[in-house]
Formats: sequence, structure tokens, C-alpha cells
Amino acid sequence: MKQKELDGYQEFVKGIWRENPVFVQVLGMCPMLAVTNSAMNAVVMGVATFFVLVASSFMISSLQHWIPRQVRISLYIVIIATFVTLADYTILATLPAAHKQLGAFIPLIVVNCMILGRQEAFASRFPVKYAVLDAVGMAGGFLFAMLALGSVREILGTGTLFDIPLFGKGFEPWVTMILPPGGFLTLGLILLFFNWVTKKRGEFLQQVATEREGL
Amino acid sequence: MSDNQTKEPGSATLILSMVLAGLISGVAIIGVFEATLPTITLNKAKELREAVFKVLPGVSKMQKLRFANGRLQVVEDNKVGEDVIYAGYDAEGKFIGYAVPSEGPGFQDTISLLYGYLPDQRKMVGMEILDSRETPGLGDKIFKDLEFVANFKDLSVDPTIVAVKKGKKAKPNEIDAITGATISSKAVVRIMNVARERWEKRLPPPGNEPELKL
Amino acid sequence: MDNLIWIFVSALLVNNFVLAYFLGLCPFLGVSGRLETSLRLGMATTFVMVITAICAWFLNTYVLIHAPYLRLISFIVVIASTVQFIEMAIKKLSPALFKALGIYLPLITTNCAILGLAIFATNRGYGFLEGLTFALGAGAGFTLALILMAGIREEIEKTKDVPDLVQGTAMNLIVAGILSMAFMGFAGLFSAG
Repeated sequence: MKQKELDGYQEFVKGIWRENPVFVQVLGMCPMLAVTNSAMNAVVMGVATFFVLVASSFMISSLQHWIPRQVRISLYIVIIATFVTLADYTILATLPAAHKQLGAFIPLIVVNCMILGRQEAFASRFPVKYAVLDAVGMAGGFLFAMLALGSVREILGTGTLFDIPLFGKGFEPWVTMILPPGGFLTLGLILLFFNWVTKKRGEFLQQVATEREGL
Repeated sequence: MSDNQTKEPGSATLILSMVLAGLISGVAIIGVFEATLPTITLNKAKELREAVFKVLPGVSKMQKLRFANGRLQVVEDNKVGEDVIYAGYDAEGKFIGYAVPSEGPGFQDTISLLYGYLPDQRKMVGMEILDSRETPGLGDKIFKDLEFVANFKDLSVDPTIVAVKKGKKAKPNEIDAITGATISSKAVVRIMNVARERWEKRLPPPGNEPELKL
Repeated sequence: MDNLIWIFVSALLVNNFVLAYFLGLCPFLGVSGRLETSLRLGMATTFVMVITAICAWFLNTYVLIHAPYLRLISFIVVIASTVQFIEMAIKKLSPALFKALGIYLPLITTNCAILGLAIFATNRGYGFLEGLTFALGAGAGFTLALILMAGIREEIEKTKDVPDLVQGTAMNLIVAGILSMAFMGFAGLFSAG
């Protein structure tokens, strides 16, 4: 297999912004929207996903030459499910309060299409070092998206951030934001913002190009 | 891709790799399960004890009872359900009251709660919401609004518990509903009434409660 | 009986899998472009949900009671193999049904709504009948959400007034948000009396 030139820094950075799994690729939304009703929940879920993705990528990339192609998907799922179960029990033992709120959504990390997608598209083809960097970047981007969404929803919906009150008594919480519709609306608006930035950037680059031609 | 050149692996290889993966993952999971189990069990037991002590003031010891074969039996398993109840005793081992778990439909999703009941006085003395997904800011007042929770600290159960409009409470069996969350308040009352009716015939006459087993 | 009705209506409307639990969003946003396909995907999903509920109940009652820590892995494996098995069986037994549902079956394996159903049913300690009712309600709710979404999207396509910037996932999410808000009106349906 001819390997394309890899740049560790690029593999790491792309997941955070340019190929952000949530905002750009729109992957892994089930856990995303369901648990982002507070910044704390979002962080716990993001960190659990981070652990699962990085550990699975490391594992699968190290084993790539031993995994038969025909059964690779089943093997990936077994590996991912193992790490998710590990994360589930660890959270249950150490953070019982958070586990009570996230409840059924931790096991659902298994079907987060982002994780399986990274294994199939990246970890199983490239050396361990880059696979881990890619996973860290993607999971970091996911965590960042979770945190952004969770913070926006918590600030608007309850007037707090990580349970610390931000506004005075006069603040009337916008309850809808921490209810299900708030999840859809916030993510929709954030995607809109992303589209807008991308479009403006494109227009700007084009303008620069035409100006250069004019000179 | 180089797959066309490599030889197709036989079924034996495929099965072997799956079995191997299954074995390793099984060992890893069992390891974590065994390592975290004591903490998890402890946390759960602690949470339940705290809830029972909260709804039954003056209680410092408890045991789990199950209604089976027409009478209450002391059990020590982890199973829950409609036939489980907790008995609370004071420091000397004297019976004080029951903590009754119950659940039912709320405004949004199932509400599960625990209430303290003194059979000799036919009174409820406390209520704790264990789990609910009621609307934040409105329905969640069923556990955040301490005034509402205080309703259940001295509440007669005869003939049945009734939720009335806030400030209209006149009889010992009435509670003030939460303004703006009448449905959640009524749901709590209904869940309690259902459990009360279920246990009415099952509980032994006052004075004949099961003794505290040590 | 009351309990079963509550489970069904709760999964169908009040706690709709898509609009309240955010389960099954990938097909909800991806496949909901056409009314016809939405209906078929919904039916296929309901079918798999019912089978999954039965399998989950069986596993929970006879196998996982001895080894609760294997729940996630066994659910995933069972769902994946059941779907594959159903696909083969339908192909053999009813080519017409296979033509209608066939291509959606593999998609469903990675649908979080299926795994979510099994996990929710287990966490709530549902028995056989309750699990079955829950699966029917959740499947019907999923289908309903998908059809509503498809209907709205078909109408939106007819108007040419939507700016390019909003087209695509962003708009779908906002529409879903409004739908979800509408579904909030079903809350209290059962406790109001």
C-alpha cells in the first residue's frame, strides 16, 4: 500500500476544527444532544468518548496486521464495546451522581458512528502514532463540541455554568434550552454559524485572489 | 491495497481471531467489574439508606422486607419491585415505620419515589423523589420546592391523599399543589395513593411488625 | 393494562425516541427526504425493534442474570446477527417484503435507537409483554417522527425561498427542534386526570 505523506500535527489539528466530527461531519449526534443539557454532563460524556476512541484507535492500529479483513467490523465492535463497558463501570463507581443522569446514554457510545468511522477510515490503515494523534484530535473536537453545546444550553436554560450562577436573581431561565427542543435548535444554529464562517472565508479568499489578478 | 495478493484466510483463522478477541475482552470486562463492584454496591446501599433515613425521622437501622406467601419476610438480595418495602428501627431496635418505594407516570416520564409511613398513626412522615425527568424549573419542584416536600411531613392517609390548590389546604389529608406544576404534584399524590392501597392489606396490624434481624 | 397503555403512549408521543431521546438521528436526518422511503424505513425499524425486545428479554432473563457485565457486548452481537439473519430469512421467504425493507436492514444495525431500546427496557426492568409494548410504541414513534419530518421537507423543497446557507442539516435540525417542541405538548397526557 502506498502511504500518503503524514504530518502528525495536521492529523491532530484537523479533528478540532476543519473536520470537526460534530460541526462539520455531523456524526455522533445521539449522545451529543441527549446529554448536553448541562456543561458537566457534556464533559463526562465527552471524556468517556475520548477514552473509548483513543483506546480503540490505539488497539486497532497496533493489531491492524493481525485482524482478518472479513471479520474486521465485528472485531472493531467487540473492542469498542469492551472499552465502553470499562468506562461505564468506572463512571458508575467513581461518579455515581453523573452516572444517574447520563444513565442509558453511556452504553450508546458503542453506536456513535464517529468511533467506528475513525477505525475503518484511519486507525486500521495508518501507523499507531498517527492513529493515536488522529483519535486525540477527533475526540478533542468532539469534546470541544460537547462542551460548547452544553455550556450554551446550560447558560441559557438555567443561568448557570458548571452549577455556578452567572446572572443575578432577575434572570428568567429559558427552560426550553435544556429540554429536547433546545438541543436541536442550538446545534442547528451552531451549524448555521459554521456554514456562514466557511462561506465568508471562501468569499474572502476569492476576493483576495481576484485582487491579486487585478494587480 | 495488498489484499488481492495475500492469501484468503481460512475459516479457522477467522473463528480463532474472533474467539481470541472475545476471550481478551471478557477477561478485561470481568476484571473491571470485579474491581468496581464493591464500590458500586456500597454507593447504592448508601444512597438507599440515606433516602430511608430521610423519609423516616428518628430511624437509624433498617431492613428490607418482601411480601411473599401472604406475609412480610426479611430478605437481603438486591432485587426491587412492587413487593419490596423497607422497615425502619431506632437505635434500640424498636420498630418506627415503613419506607415504601413506588413509581408511576409523571408529567414527562416515570417518577419513582420513596415515602415514610407510620402504620400506628396512619400518617406519612416524609417523601423523597428518587428519580424523575420532570420539566426543569416547573415539575422538578416536586423535589426542589422544600415547601412542597414539607407537605408530606405530617399527612393523614385517610380516606386518601388529595392535592388541592396552593393555600387551600384545610384537612390533614390534603397537600398544597405547586403553582404551575399541578400535574406533577397530582402525579406524586397518585403514585403514593396507588402504593398505599397496594400495601394497605399486606401490612400486618400495628404492633406485629417483623423484628429487626441482626 | 393501564401500565401497558402508558408504556406505549409514552414511547410513541411523550418520550418519542427521536424527538425527546435523540435516538436514531442518523436515519432521521439522512433518510427523511422522501415520504415513501421514510415509511418503509420506519416499518423495518419497528420490525427489528420488536425482535430485539424479545431477544433482550430472553438474554436478560436467562443469560445475563448470571453475568450482567456482558450485557452491552451480548446486546450488540445479538442485534447485529439478528438483523443479518432476518435479512437472509426475508430474502428467502418473501422477495416482495425484501424489496420493500431489504436495503434498510443493514442500516438499522448501527441505529442507536435499537440498542437504546434494549438498554432502556433493561434499565426499567420491563417484563416480556411490557418490553414488546415498549418496542411497538418506540417503533411507531420513530416512524411517526420520520414521516412528519419527510412531509415537512418535501413541502420546503417546493418553495424556493430557503437561502442556500440554511439548506441541509442546519435547517433539518431547526425543523426537528420545532417538531420536538410540538411534541412537548403531549407531556402530562397520562397524569392530567
